Amino acid sequence: MAFREDQIARYSRHIILKEVGGRGQEKLLSARVLVIGAGGLGSPVAMYLAAAGVGTIGLVDMDVVDVSNLQRQIMHSQATVGVPKVVSGARTLSRMNPDVTVVPIQDRLTAENAMELFSGYDVIVDGSDNFGTRYIVNDAAFFLKKTLVSGSILRFEGQVTVLEGHTGAPCYRCLYPEAPPPGLVPSCSEAGVLGVLAGTIGTLQAAEVVKKILGVGELLTGRLLLYDALSMSFRKLRVPKDPHCALCGPKATITTVSGSSEWVCQMPAS
Amino acid sequence: MSVVVRIPTPLRKLTGNQGEVREEGGTVREILDGLESHYPGIRERLTDEAGELRRFINIYLNEEDIRFAEGLDTKVKAGDEVSIIPAIAGGAR
Ligand SMILES: [Zn+2]
Repeated sequence: MAFREDQIARYSRHIILKEVGGRGQEKLLSARVLVIGAGGLGSPVAMYLAAAGVGTIGLVDMDVVDVSNLQRQIMHSQATVGVPKVVSGARTLSRMNPDVTVVPIQDRLTAENAMELFSGYDVIVDGSDNFGTRYIVNDAAFFLKKTLVSGSILRFEGQVTVLEGHTGAPCYRCLYPEAPPPGLVPSCSEAGVLGVLAGTIGTLQAAEVVKKILGVGELLTGRLLLYDALSMSFRKLRVPKDPHCALCGPKATITTVSGSSEWVCQMPAS
Repeated sequence: MSVVVRIPTPLRKLTGNQGEVREEGGTVREILDGLESHYPGIRERLTDEAGELRRFINIYLNEEDIRFAEGLDTKVKAGDEVSIIPAIAGGAR
């Protein structure tokens, strides 16, 4: 791939890094990343990937922009209230970097469409807002052998991990075998979230995606990064592969993607 | 044995907003007993009717998940840190 003059200028700060270089920038420009959820986490993830020149970015979200989103969903603006999030997001990303092809998918991710949606992408990013979707994303990514960069936020805390169950590393079900039962769980809007937390966790996810594409550094595979904004603390915990995992263990019982998305976002508490 | 227990934000309403409390005990189970006596109601958030750890909650002893050690019978020693890590799913809305 030959860079155009304007690309050499645009990506010069990348190209001079020996870990990136022209070769790495080419990898970014030909990479395809699917972002599940074009909201709090999806915004910083997609914006930094677009700025970095990731060639194709798919956005999956069925919602429209609501004014209550704007406290943290920086891909959207007052001017796009009422517009589908994937359309609003596509506009922001294309304006930021015309090199990027944005694929807006205004749909809910389901057990039925996940495999087909994921198949055209190299890396999957989970920025969804409910456990049902998280298990669907995990299972489809595992069956298709895709790296999954997972992030979640609630109130003042966030979690980031990289899931590669197909390589012998843990999957989401190794980390959390089951979702909290629906009905016991308050919704995200009831629980609240510190707006900037979405930026912190989403940008960490973007960094892991870029490292995965470039093949540099050490990913959060088999590790869980915890961030607590109140105490400003970061901790990394080891996540072992679960030998009894129903998806990626030797006696796996899950053989297809199933389940449904539910609008719940935290453990039963308080 | 006195250990530090880290409380995640969804449970802090039960601990008077404390993110860190101290408890005494020789095993993780005894630490949970101590938590329940000081902060009634916390145990049912962590364990099911059979007393098993709920499958969307992880408890770490220092850097290790107790599910891959002796579970609730995992021994603790003075100075250890016990962390309660719940699954959280927020992100898009
Ligand atoms: Zn697994």
